[in-house]
Amino acid sequence: MAENKTSLGKELGKGIIKENPTLVMLLGMCPTLAVTTQAANGIGMGLATTFVLLGSNIVISALRKIIPDKVRIPAFIVIIASFVTLIGFLLEGFVPVLYDSLGIYLSLITVNCIIFGRAEMFASKNGIAASACDAIGMGLGFTLALFLMGSVREIIGSGTWMTGIGKMLGIGWDGVTIPVISENPMLLFIMPAGGFFTLGVIIAMVNKIANKKPPQEIECGSCENCPMSGKCDKTEGEQA
Amino acid sequence: MKTLAIILLSAMLTDNFVLAKFMGICPFLGVSKKLDSATGMGIAVTFVMICATIVTYPIHHGILVPNGLEYFDTVVFILVIALFVQMVEIALKKLLPPLYKSLGVYLPLITTNCAVLGVTVLNIDNGYSFVNSIVNALGGGLGFMLALVIFSGVRRKLEYADIPDTFKGVPATLIAASIVSVSFMGFSGLFS
Repeated sequence: MAENKTSLGKELGKGIIKENPTLVMLLGMCPTLAVTTQAANGIGMGLATTFVLLGSNIVISALRKIIPDKVRIPAFIVIIASFVTLIGFLLEGFVPVLYDSLGIYLSLITVNCIIFGRAEMFASKNGIAASACDAIGMGLGFTLALFLMGSVREIIGSGTWMTGIGKMLGIGWDGVTIPVISENPMLLFIMPAGGFFTLGVIIAMVNKIANKKPPQEIECGSCENCPMSGKCDKTEGEQA
Repeated sequence: MKTLAIILLSAMLTDNFVLAKFMGICPFLGVSKKLDSATGMGIAVTFVMICATIVTYPIHHGILVPNGLEYFDTVVFILVIALFVQMVEIALKKLLPPLYKSLGVYLPLITTNCAVLGVTVLNIDNGYSFVNSIVNALGGGLGFMLALVIFSGVRRKLEYADIPDTFKGVPATLIAASIVSVSFMGFSGLFS
């Protein structure tokens, strides 16, 4: 039982940092770039996607023995599209502000590679509990990446942070205005070009950190083919 | 006629699906390494977009709206698209096996290309007529192809560039895409 719990925890945790769907596995780029002009939109999109991912992962995992292998792709797509229609209704009814600002990208959650990828790679092979944990982990990882993108673009591009969150959640706090930048915002960052640029830099930073983290565990071998040879202070033959 | 030209050109240039609306980024990054596979992918996507529009428009206005079932749009549209992608796949496998091979896994992935579902949904959302919808799909497809072809040229240059290790691969490609996107910003205001 204890072992079972730790493995569920692992499924939950891996999506957030180590196998982050957007920044490490590079899935679901379209919404990542499109809706992140504001941090609040990023959170909304991330949570909507998490909902669809959770629902579709649970249903697909429950039906994995019933769906014939040959028609699994159309079956998965229909299940995912149904959940997207559902979240569309829920948002239109309860959070109309978010519904308007996500616009067409809400129905495009259907074709988000993350959801389809998790259905194919994980939910169709694993049990319901593990699939649900996987979905929550991946969804939160996606939300985190979107929030990060949105924060960077909103702070530099408009000089504010988290505007619109008040209306979305119905609370009093409606973000902060950053004094110097808000007078001279770099508009480029909320334009499409800035989206590509920000994502490029964030992925480069993730690469840098991911390469740096486990230096002791790398089996060096020879320095000849090592990509780190330029920055490494070990000499040939000396192993960690 | 003038409206049609404006729809075509704005779908192609000012509202370019890839560089301004961020739809279809996966094939844009995945298939743009070589010029011929970029062109092939562009033609396949354009074809699927037009066919899907021709079929989904009558379904939406003829079947779903009269019965009050508009909310089934997403489910129905994605099935139609999946059907056409399957058809293109079979046709390419028989007629152009080299192109079929070089497109690889990205061919079935046209189904999950947001640009295709995007164009069918946008046609409905914008309230276009049947002819306008087809022209919009054509413009969107051509714009997608244009972005892929231009970018395949940029990537060839990028292969020989001396890039810092951290930025090698995807980050450098994204930053190059950002610069190409800046050049497309030059088209904005052309039709306003």
